[in-house]
Formats: sequence, C-alpha cells, structure tokens
Amino acid sequence: MTETMERAGSAQVVDALLQADKVTMKFGGLVANRDVDFVIPRGSIVSLIGPNGAGKTTFFNQLTGMLEPTSGEITFNGKSIVGRTPYEIVEMGIGRTFQNIRLFGAMTVLANVMVGRHVRMKSSWWGSLLRLPAVRAEEEDTKRRAQELLERVGLPRRYEEDWAKNLPYGDQRRLELARALASEPKLLLLDEPTAGMNPGETAQMTALIKQLRDELDLTVLLIEHDMKVVMGISERITVLDHGELLAEGRPDEIRANPAVIEAYLGKQATE
Amino acid sequence: MSTPLPRALMIGLFGGIAGLHVSLVGIVNTFQTRDLIADIVTIGSVLPMLIAIMVGWLAGSTPKHLPPASRSSTLLHGAAAGTVVGLILAGLALLVNSVNLTWILVNARPQLAEILYFEQGPGLGSVIIIGGGLLLGAAGAGLHLLPATIARSVAISGIVTIIAALMEPFIGAVLRNVELRAIEGFLYQSGGLTVQGFILVFVLVAAGIYGWAKRGDRAKARVAAMPPDRRRAGKLIAFAVLFGILLLLPQIVGQRLSEVVGTVGIYVLLGLGLNIVVGFAGLLDLGYVAFYAVGAYTTALLTSPASPVFNPELPFWAALPFVILAAAFIGLMVGAPVLRLRGDYLAIVTLGFGEIAREIFKSAWAQPVTGGAQGILSVPEPLPFTRDPQSIYYPILFFCIIAAIAATRLAASRVGRAWNAMREDESVAEATGINTVKYKLLAFGLGAAFGCVSGAFFGTKIGVVFPDSFNILVSINALALIILGGMGNIAGVVVGALVLVGLPELLREFAEYRLLIYGVVLVVMMLLRPEGLLPSRSRRAELHEVSDGDDDDMYADEAGIDTGRPVVSS
Repeated sequence: MTETMERAGSAQVVDALLQADKVTMKFGGLVANRDVDFVIPRGSIVSLIGPNGAGKTTFFNQLTGMLEPTSGEITFNGKSIVGRTPYEIVEMGIGRTFQNIRLFGAMTVLANVMVGRHVRMKSSWWGSLLRLPAVRAEEEDTKRRAQELLERVGLPRRYEEDWAKNLPYGDQRRLELARALASEPKLLLLDEPTAGMNPGETAQMTALIKQLRDELDLTVLLIEHDMKVVMGISERITVLDHGELLAEGRPDEIRANPAVIEAYLGKQATE
Repeated sequence: MSTPLPRALMIGLFGGIAGLHVSLVGIVNTFQTRDLIADIVTIGSVLPMLIAIMVGWLAGSTPKHLPPASRSSTLLHGAAAGTVVGLILAGLALLVNSVNLTWILVNARPQLAEILYFEQGPGLGSVIIIGGGLLLGAAGAGLHLLPATIARSVAISGIVTIIAALMEPFIGAVLRNVELRAIEGFLYQSGGLTVQGFILVFVLVAAGIYGWAKRGDRAKARVAAMPPDRRRAGKLIAFAVLFGILLLLPQIVGQRLSEVVGTVGIYVLLGLGLNIVVGFAGLLDLGYVAFYAVGAYTTALLTSPASPVFNPELPFWAALPFVILAAAFIGLMVGAPVLRLRGDYLAIVTLGFGEIAREIFKSAWAQPVTGGAQGILSVPEPLPFTRDPQSIYYPILFFCIIAAIAATRLAASRVGRAWNAMREDESVAEATGINTVKYKLLAFGLGAAFGCVSGAFFGTKIGVVFPDSFNILVSINALALIILGGMGNIAGVVVGALVLVGLPELLREFAEYRLLIYGVVLVVMMLLRPEGLLPSRSRRAELHEVSDGDDDDMYADEAGIDTGRPVVSS
C-alpha cells in the first residue's frame, strides 16, 4: 500500500503545530493504528477521513491524551504529549469537541463555558474560600469572556441561564465549541462537528469554523464524514484505512487518488 | 392493572395491607395516646384515615398511557379503593374482637378494635370504618379534581397540622417559655390541638403554601427587579434577623430542646461535610463516619487526662487545629487509593473503610491508645463554653455558619464548577481541563475536615468517646439527610437534619417505630420528590428530564443558595 501513498504535500510543510511519527496503537492483538505519520501545519484546517473502523477516533483519542500510543511519538508545539493526561494536554493548548455531544447538561450554558476556562484560571480553593479580591476579579473576567465566546459562536444571551441540555441540537454543538474555545486552544479538534445537522445548519457550522480559525488564529483538525464539508473547508486531508495511512494531500489530490476512491470515497466524489 | 377499576381495587388491597401492618405492629395503639384534636380525634385513629385518603388519591390518578378519566369515575375509583381499605380494617377489627390473637400478635388486642371502631362498638363501628373508607377514598381521589396548587396546599397543610399536634409538648413548652401562654391555651389542650387551633393551623399553613405558589414568583421577580444595592440590603437584613433568632434560640426553646438543637447542629456540620463529597463532587462515600470518629478520638486523645498513653491535656480549642489537620490527612489517605474507582465500587470500598475505622478504634491492638471498647473518658468541655446544651450550642452554631459559608463560596467558584463538571461526566471533565485526581482529593480532604469538627463536638458534648458511637448508622443518617434535604444545597442539609435527626429526637416516645417510619419517609420521598425537599437548581435539572419549569418551583429557590449556577456577584 505504501506505493500508492501520496506524500508530495508533507515535504513542503515548514511549520508543524502537531506532528505524529510512526504512531502505533494496539489493543491486545488488534492494531488500531499502525505507523501513522501525520502533520498539522500551523494555522491550517486539516481533515481526517476514512471508512468506519479505520482508526480515526483512536488516533484522535491519542492526541487528546485519552489513550497513550503503544509506540511512536506525538509532538505538539515542539513538545511531546505522549504520556500526558488529558487535562495537561488541554493546558498545552489542544481543545476538543465530541462526536456525540457531551455537555454538562445540568449546568447552565454560561457555566459550561466557564468550566472550559478552568485551565486558564488560577483561583485556589482557599482563595475561593476567602473570596480574595483577585479571585473575584478573575471570576468576573471569566464570566465576561464566556459571554463573549457565546456571542462569538452565535448563542443568544437569553440562553445563558438555561440548562445546557435544554438547548436545541444545533445550539448544543455551538455550546460545545464555545466550551472548547474557552480554554484558549491553539489546536482545536472537532469530532464530526456537523453530524446530525441539516444542510442549512451544516453550512452555518462550516462558515463558523472557518471564521473562528481566522479570527482566533486557530489550527483545526476535523474528523468528518460529510465530503462536502471536508472538501469545502480543508486545506489538507489525511485518509486512514485499516489503521494505516492511505493518503495525504490537498483536497483535489485526495479526490483524484484512485486508492482513496476505492477504499472510501466511491464514485460520487469524482463527479 | 390495565383497566382502572381492578387497578383501584388492587391499590386498595395494598393500602389495606399497609393498614393491617400499621395496626399490628402497634403504631396505631402507640399514637392513640396523643390527640390530633383534643378529646375528639386521636392521632392513632387518624393513621388508617390517612391510608384511605392516600389510597384514594393513588387510585384516582390516571396512568400516563390512558386518556384522562371523567370526574365521576375518578371519584368512583377512589371510593372503591378506600372501601377495600375499610373492609380489610373492619375485618381486622372483627377478628381481633372475636379471637384472641395476642399470643402471636401482641398488638391484636380488643383495644385496637376499639380504636378502629372509633369506640362505637362493633355494629356502628363497622359501618363507620367501611363508610369512612369509602368517603375518605373519594376525598383522596377528589384531590385530583382540585387545581394542583390547591390540592398540594391542602395535602401539605394536613401533614404539617398533624406534626404540629404531635409536637404539642415542645411547641407548648416554647410558647410558655417566651410568655405566650395565651397562644398556647388557644392552640393546645391536653396533648393535642384544640378545635380552633386545628382550624387555624390548617388554614394558615394551607393559605401560606397556596399564596406562595400563586404569588411567590411575582415576589421573586419583584426582588430580582430591585436595584442591586437594595437587594443586597434586603438580604443583609434577612440574614441579620435569622442570625438574631439563632443567637437567642437556646433561651427561646429552653434547656431540653436545646439538647436536641445541639444534636441537630452536629449533624448539620456532618451533612455539610458529606455534601461536599457526595453532593458537590459526586463521590458516594458510605464510610463518612470514619472522619467523625477520627475527629472525636483525636480530640479525646489530645485533651482528656484519661487518655491511656498520650495525654498532653491540651484545651479543646488548642487541640482543634490538630484535629482538623489529622482528619484532612486521613481524608487524603483514604481518598488516594480509591481515586480510580467510580460509583458503586467507591461506595463499597468507603463502606469498608468506615467499618475498619471503628474496628481499629475498638481493637485490643489499639487499646493502649484508644482505650478499646471502654473508649476514652473525661473529654473536657470547650471552655469558656460548657457542656450545658444552652452553652455548647454557640460553638456548634459558629462552626455550622462557617461551614455553610465555606460550602456556599466553594460551590460558586472555580472549584465548585470543577466538582460539578466532574460529577456530571468525569471523562469529559478531564478532557475539558480538570485535574480530576486533585479535585477528588480536595473534596475528600475538605469533607473530612468538616466531619472531624463535627466529631470533635460530639466528643466534647457528651464527654466520652466510645467506638460503638461510630457505627454505620451515622454514615447512613448523614447521607439520608442530605438526600432528603436536597443534595448539593446547604439549606437542604439543615432541613434534612431537622427532619431526620430533630424529629426523631423529639418523638422519643415513638422511638420503637423510628426506623420503620424513617424507611417509609425515604421511600415516599424518592418516589414523589427524588431531588429532596430543597434541591439545588442543577440537581433538579438532572432529575427532571424536560425542563425546570414544572410546578415544583414553589419550593425551589426559597433556599436562596444555589450550587449549580456560576456566581453572579452584584
């Protein structure tokens, strides 16, 4: 399969925000990822695609620290993230959303975003007990920033005190995005951000992701099945199949790649 | 069970069995000694009536999958169910009157039949029982025909009125204590309410609940619309009044009730600590008594001259900081190994810890230090306060207030939000940037510190520390009181302690049935109001699927303290 690999793009990459070298993940005898090399250029929007069971989510979970690779190295911003806990990785600057929305349903919309900022806050428990001036100021500041973020992702202010679980589906996706942004990530990992959305909502979400990338100097990695979204938004695309890297390149290159068409895209994408 | 009438009869049957049970275990006989309305109705005879009403209410409700029943069929079903209860109890009365069953059922005495017959003899009595069942069943079902708020007001007011009658010795004593003999004479007479007292209490309570349900939201909106400085001033005044009452409480309620208040205070402190662990952080700890025990034993070791080996004989207040440190340390020690466990596993392991702690304190191995089964005697008083219930009340109150403020502040901070998130979804919390290990340990440590202060006061209050005071019932009690009061809410802890610790202390004459009633109360609460009496906002959101806008709101924010919401400091 290596012969068919399209590696033309990676050679030109100068500034990698995240780089994975020969990442292998084994669960007992099952190899979920084998020797995956992967690069996310700073400031880009990159998509990870592949058929179900290709190992996308497993790979994703290694980037967020939920899983530790069996072998291989992942560096973020020049530092290794292998062996770090999820919260340390958030602190380093990787934020994420979930495929099946996982908000804190019985917390308010505003509180969900404020929790997202946890890693950027400094208040200690005893400072909170004594309600020190610095703690109060930080709390106010966090609230204000959370309100700004809600506005940025397009959630109206009247939602602030509602339960997160009572929001409409599309708004829950936006809220999850706001929560992830609250940690001031450099890299945002989006796991199927348009799953379950109608075409109108999908278009809005796609536009929002692009806009956030431009305004907040983000780098974005998405897992996505909607090829329209993937082709429309991505600057580079990586294809996984059977846990291995199948191809990597610009959208037009991927669309024309025979191996990818056979394994995943089918005929429709070439039309 | 699918068609309404057989369902109603089935409910009646269950009600009848409950009635048999209540009669035969002797509850009816015991409560016969107390009047609801002096010389007219005893509380013992009210119990079967309550069962008939409840059965009617249940039978009159329509299962969700069926179309709503007509008025007449609702009443009919209630009456049918009530009649079944009446028939069963009439049967019991007949049986008790004709056959001597006392050799197997000690309470199956003719006296029981008399109560059930309303002392009218078998003939008229049977008619009264069956007819009463019919009417009360219909009345219970009739509650469904009233607007929900009215029905609720009537039902709650009924319960409150019965409790007011039961509390006669204490409320009467308090009224005499503060020189309000006129009111006492108006309300009470020979161990029960007077007729006018009964009507007054019932109407006032019902009107109060109804008024709050109808107008409460508007009042809340008006408060919310006030300028922030005025709202703040109002809050301050309310707190000042509450504080004033709390300061004078021992003088108002007198010596005997102060004793009860002190015990309630110790449990409030315990509940506030456990609430941090269970209510805020969501870590189900069934061995919380261990910290209570550590608090009491450390205090005894450091202060008592009778402490076997190690007796620095520190004054109580000098020992307290060490006690807190020791307990927080033990909290971390217990917390560390169980951090990776979730839910049920954590509960079982902590249950084990609680039992181990007691066994260690009791063991021959630890006897040289802890005194073994004899415990440690002569724990000194927390001077300048004495062991007198009216005196030791003050330091307990002080620590309850400190603990309540601490819990409120923590809940509304970065820390509280982190706990909240962790309780809802641990892995997402971690992926959102929360160091769950650290926050679990923090919850265990702080919870332990609160629990040990509670234990310290328990030790100094009774002056001796025995291992058997620290059994699993303390853990269960503390957990039950925060669940009943409303998990995660500080006012809920206070209410829970009053209901689960205060009431049983007051009703010692019925102590035999304490656990039975306790069990029934918990089951009913979990069915009707799983979020507790005064739940926190987020707790309600968790337990009510669709929205928080249901009619339960009438109690919701009375507490004024909220844990689920970020601080909006004004």
